[in-house]
Amino acid sequence: MSGQDSAYWRANVRIILVCLVIWAVSSFGLGIVLRPALEGIMIGGADLGFWFAQQGSIYIFLVLIFVYAWLMNGLDRKHGVDE
Amino acid sequence: MDQFTLNLIFVGLTFAIYIGIAIWARAGSTAEFYAAGRGVHPVLNGMATGADWMSAASFISMAGIIALAPAGGYTQSAFLMGWTGGYVLLALLLAPYLRKFGKFTVPEFIGDRFYSGGARLLAVICLIVISITYVIGQMRGVGVTFGRFLEVSTDTGLYIGAAIVFAYAVFGGMKGITYTQVAQYVVLIIAYTIPAIFISLALTDSFLPQLGLIGSYAPGGGDQAFLAKLDEVVTELGFTAYTADTPNMLNMFLFTMSLMIGTAGLPHVIIRFFTVPKVADARTSAGWALVFIALLYTVAPAVGSMARLNLTTTMWPNAVAGNALDGDAVSLEAIQTDPRLNWVKTWEQTGLLHMEDLNGDGRIQYYNDKNPEMQALAAERGWQGNEVTKIDNDIMVLANPEIAALPSWVIALVAAGAVAAALSTAAGLLLAISSAISHDLIKGAINPKISEKGELLAARISMTGAILIATWLGLNPPGFAAQVVALAFGLAAATIFPVLMMGIFSKRVNKEGAIAGMLVGLVFTAIYIFLYKGWFFIPGTATFADVPENYLFGISPLSIGAVGAILNFAVAFGVSSVTRTPPREVVELVESIRVPRGAGAATGH
Repeated sequence: MSGQDSAYWRANVRIILVCLVIWAVSSFGLGIVLRPALEGIMIGGADLGFWFAQQGSIYIFLVLIFVYAWLMNGLDRKHGVDE
Repeated sequence: MDQFTLNLIFVGLTFAIYIGIAIWARAGSTAEFYAAGRGVHPVLNGMATGADWMSAASFISMAGIIALAPAGGYTQSAFLMGWTGGYVLLALLLAPYLRKFGKFTVPEFIGDRFYSGGARLLAVICLIVISITYVIGQMRGVGVTFGRFLEVSTDTGLYIGAAIVFAYAVFGGMKGITYTQVAQYVVLIIAYTIPAIFISLALTDSFLPQLGLIGSYAPGGGDQAFLAKLDEVVTELGFTAYTADTPNMLNMFLFTMSLMIGTAGLPHVIIRFFTVPKVADARTSAGWALVFIALLYTVAPAVGSMARLNLTTTMWPNAVAGNALDGDAVSLEAIQTDPRLNWVKTWEQTGLLHMEDLNGDGRIQYYNDKNPEMQALAAERGWQGNEVTKIDNDIMVLANPEIAALPSWVIALVAAGAVAAALSTAAGLLLAISSAISHDLIKGAINPKISEKGELLAARISMTGAILIATWLGLNPPGFAAQVVALAFGLAAATIFPVLMMGIFSKRVNKEGAIAGMLVGLVFTAIYIFLYKGWFFIPGTATFADVPENYLFGISPLSIGAVGAILNFAVAFGVSSVTRTPPREVVELVESIRVPRGAGAATGH
């Protein structure tokens, strides 16, 4: 693997790790583990944990994939590996 | 026009569309049969993936499972997060790299990356077990839906469904399936959201069900939140509060994780990402798939909770304005004569809903008769137990339009949507099975010199065989329809996902590691499920009763896939570290799939 390609891969893995942290926090974190701690914070008629478990995490997942795709397209161009 | 004729017209029209598309999109080469010629636009592929993924279970059963769960609706959020969160893993960890690899099947990647025919064969076995178990439920779903809406027997319904799948899958292959699934997605999402919008408008002050869920309860004047009203009504009748916290956090965590990595490891979903033109398209296409899936998945909890409240206020008319128990339960006379309660009669006939006036007072008392407080109240009021003796989960979606008194064309639309959901998933699974047989077994192992034309014929014959077997299994389900999903997800999570991920992200994991990891994941997960669900699902052979008290650390067999995946990773890394490093050309293969450039040039052979 050329130096250029391995720099590309390291940047890619970094983006993936950040995205996975957000993925885990919005679902497992806010939706399940932290729900008891967040009791009382309301979004409309639902408490925050309930809303994240049933709706919010799905919206976050959506934004996450498109942001990831956008960041990767930029990275591909920067390293000249796009097609 | 009567309901039956309308159903017939709607279902018939959608079938005509599917067949028309199949004729237009006939596959002429193996590239078209396996990967639709790799020319599918990412948005269309997203739609097709949505239909492929959303099965009869997502369409018909999921909202009801959430609504009627004994431990409350929140605990079932695992389905919502798990079945959508898997797409994040697909987009980030698998889809772009497998697309760059540029071949046709999942076992083919595993065989090449781990330079082993044995690894490829093991992957074929896992794939076939996963897809066959999964397809049985779909074929049942097709049969049951037809039976209910077209007034034929379940078996006849199944034959009709199999004939339709045959018509477009055998001739069109992936190309035919893709464009049919796009049409099926449109049908199913319209069918799902229209009743939901009407119900949300009636119950809350919001047009969008997603906002209705957190909106206020309109029939009560709008002073109270919808969810608070629902909690109040169900707890008054002795049921667990809808938003109650989970009784077992570890299990909910692992269940969500299993569904996520299982989703990302399901072969029929993965192969959809082989059909887009470029690596960048594979990433956005996963996003589009989730957009189309989220349109249903964010509506489902609203449908479930609103239908639950509708059902409860139907049984206790006083609950609309005040406390349910301050007034009388619904009377048998009203059920027979009130046109607004026609749905109760219709659904009793299907056997999905059953009521019995146990104490003979001419009213149907619906409450939780296992709750001690309610038992005391029942003794005081002369009740003899919960008189709604059966409510099937599926009724929450299927009866919804009738409960909300929507016009009969909406009911016909729901029929067409349910059929579309089951058919599209069945077709995707059958394609995954047939390509594993024709491409991985016949071309990959038995006869590598087979011509392109010969392989295409083999693919069509395997597809026909797969349909016949699926139909037979659908007619004679091995008595484990509910358990098979656990097995399919558990195995996808514990075998396919880890081995693909390690194949991409590690240059060190070798043939020995991958095979050992898959074997351990497969055996561990299958045995844990068999211990509680019966050996090979033969009724009566379970070693332990399937109750939470017996589970190891409280982990349900449904959640064990996550543990199997961890074992797979650990064993694969462990074995790889004490055996030889992979050969030079494999390291180069890994380096090449990590870089998007040049995906167009890679071919199927």
